[in-house]
Amino acid sequence: MNEMSNQTVTDAKKRYSAGVMKYAQMGYWEPDYEPKETDVIALFRITPQDGVDAVEAAAAVAGESSTATWTVVWTDRLTACEKYRAKAYRVDPVPGSEGEFFAYIAYDLDLFEGGSIANLTASIIGNVFGFKPLKALRLEDMRLPVAYVKTFQGPATGIVVERERLNCYGRPLLGATVKPKLGLSGRNYGRVVYEALKGGLDFTKDDENINSQPFMHWRDRFLYCMEAVNRASAATGEVKGTYLNVTAGTMEEMYARAEFAKSLGSVIVMIDLVIGYTAIQSMAKWARDNDMILHLHRAGHSTYTRQRSHGVSFRVIAKWMRLAGVDHLHAGTVVGKLEGDPATTKGYYDIFREERNPMALQNGIFFDQEWASLNKMMPVASGGIHAGQMHQLLTYLGEDVVLQFGGGTIGHPHGIEAGAQANRVALEAMVFARNAGRDIWNEGEDILRDAARSCTPLKQALDVWKDVSFDYASTDAPDFAPTPEVSA
Amino acid sequence: MKLRQGQFSFLPDLTDDDIRVQAQYAIDKGWAVSVEYTDDPHPRNTYWEMWGHPMFDNPDAAAVVYEVNECRKEHGGKYIRVIAFDASPGWESVRMGFIVNRPATEPGFRVVRQEGEGRIIRYTVESYAVREPEGARYA
Repeated sequence: MNEMSNQTVTDAKKRYSAGVMKYAQMGYWEPDYEPKETDVIALFRITPQDGVDAVEAAAAVAGESSTATWTVVWTDRLTACEKYRAKAYRVDPVPGSEGEFFAYIAYDLDLFEGGSIANLTASIIGNVFGFKPLKALRLEDMRLPVAYVKTFQGPATGIVVERERLNCYGRPLLGATVKPKLGLSGRNYGRVVYEALKGGLDFTKDDENINSQPFMHWRDRFLYCMEAVNRASAATGEVKGTYLNVTAGTMEEMYARAEFAKSLGSVIVMIDLVIGYTAIQSMAKWARDNDMILHLHRAGHSTYTRQRSHGVSFRVIAKWMRLAGVDHLHAGTVVGKLEGDPATTKGYYDIFREERNPMALQNGIFFDQEWASLNKMMPVASGGIHAGQMHQLLTYLGEDVVLQFGGGTIGHPHGIEAGAQANRVALEAMVFARNAGRDIWNEGEDILRDAARSCTPLKQALDVWKDVSFDYASTDAPDFAPTPEVSA
Repeated sequence: MKLRQGQFSFLPDLTDDDIRVQAQYAIDKGWAVSVEYTDDPHPRNTYWEMWGHPMFDNPDAAAVVYEVNECRKEHGGKYIRVIAFDASPGWESVRMGFIVNRPATEPGFRVVRQEGEGRIIRYTVESYAVREPEGARYA
């Protein structure tokens, strides 16, 4: 294929004569296009089928995610079709990955309905992921213009107001997921909540699949949990919470459960990602209207975020969820049992917590992103972490994060309260040391050992879990080294 | 019971030097440090009494320790905390908060349950100390 063949056909008669034409020739490839400030930009990783030109593949993605169909249609001429066509404007080979390309595609703002993740995603990831000329396709990142960001509510509560409501400043929050996640009765479940909160955690959490099952129906769980929350609050003088999972089969049922949680005085409710984008936005609106913190468990995301060549990057899901309006979202631990290398995870955390994300290819962030004063989301680190990693967690994840030690609390040899206390003491000692100017990365183990001298539960925790680490190669690392040679 | 509010309530009580080090961390971040006290430590009692204004232009944490000790002279039988306020855009709220003084005995809180229909219980957490009028609590 020669260079000419990707040029837009400008002669209207030729352009709109019936038949099939290359997407690039139809006008979906514009190498000279300069994206407008108000354009939505998507960055796709494309893997064309053998023999398919990368530029034509990029143009096809632009076409199929905007106005095109497989053949020329004369009805295009009834519209301002040049405006509505998405424009692929840049295609770069992926460093070190033969056969893969980064395709930059710009979309006019008028292609999207304001305030609707469903509409945005129906275009961007609607049909195009099954398109035959591509072996694989991955949505790596998006630039959302301020004009579009401003059409969304954003996080119902946000980090700052969450801290104000909890009366908790200057340290990561602590949580634990109740285990075993299935099978406990309401009464037994509340026992775990009480012990963990009294011991020093701020939050406990329902797991993603704890809804309303034969062993424990939801009302029973809510009632026993709130007894535990209030008892623990009185025992410590702190505001406590438990993420009551209101995920259910219908919106009506979710609203009913959320209302019940509110009537019992809960500060937080929880939903699962699998309820869908529109349901998430509805619950975010409900949470804003009812002064409720909204926790989102990213159940199911790894089915499309984990593989590098196909799917949607979690950084894009994070952006959508910040628009959609959740307050808490799981974002990886770096050191725990679930996927996430440090550089990529930093990119996610920045998307959650910053006012502005500058381009940072080494963290997988391809665009400058302004958040236009949308509230910040609290990242949640959960899965295979324990008190002995406190210096690493604080270094990697910072202060505005919920550290969730499920097994690392409930699995403590001397019980749940001891486990919670070990985590809280380790955390406070590490924050204290960091503020005092100590090098916690290198001195972390000494700091923990010193703190354990006056806290037997911490000593026991350090002894039990001292050798536990999850050191596996990551399947989703950034494509660019820290000093990128690729220009913007 | 021991009131567990604040950043460091699970550690041994802070010394004056500990207070200085933590306050200096806040000052070096550009945050304004202030001292507050109360005899009602309810978890949702947001507004403790201010021991003067936040120390906006103070570069030296020794002044914070001085104010803590002045406050102790008058309110040593109450809870005293140090908080740090960050006025930067996108935050404009408290960044740190830790307790630096406690009453000799901490009576804690009771849970009051109002039993309603359908097993619903409305909970109130009440500080035992507030059964006495302000000024007559603790010592």
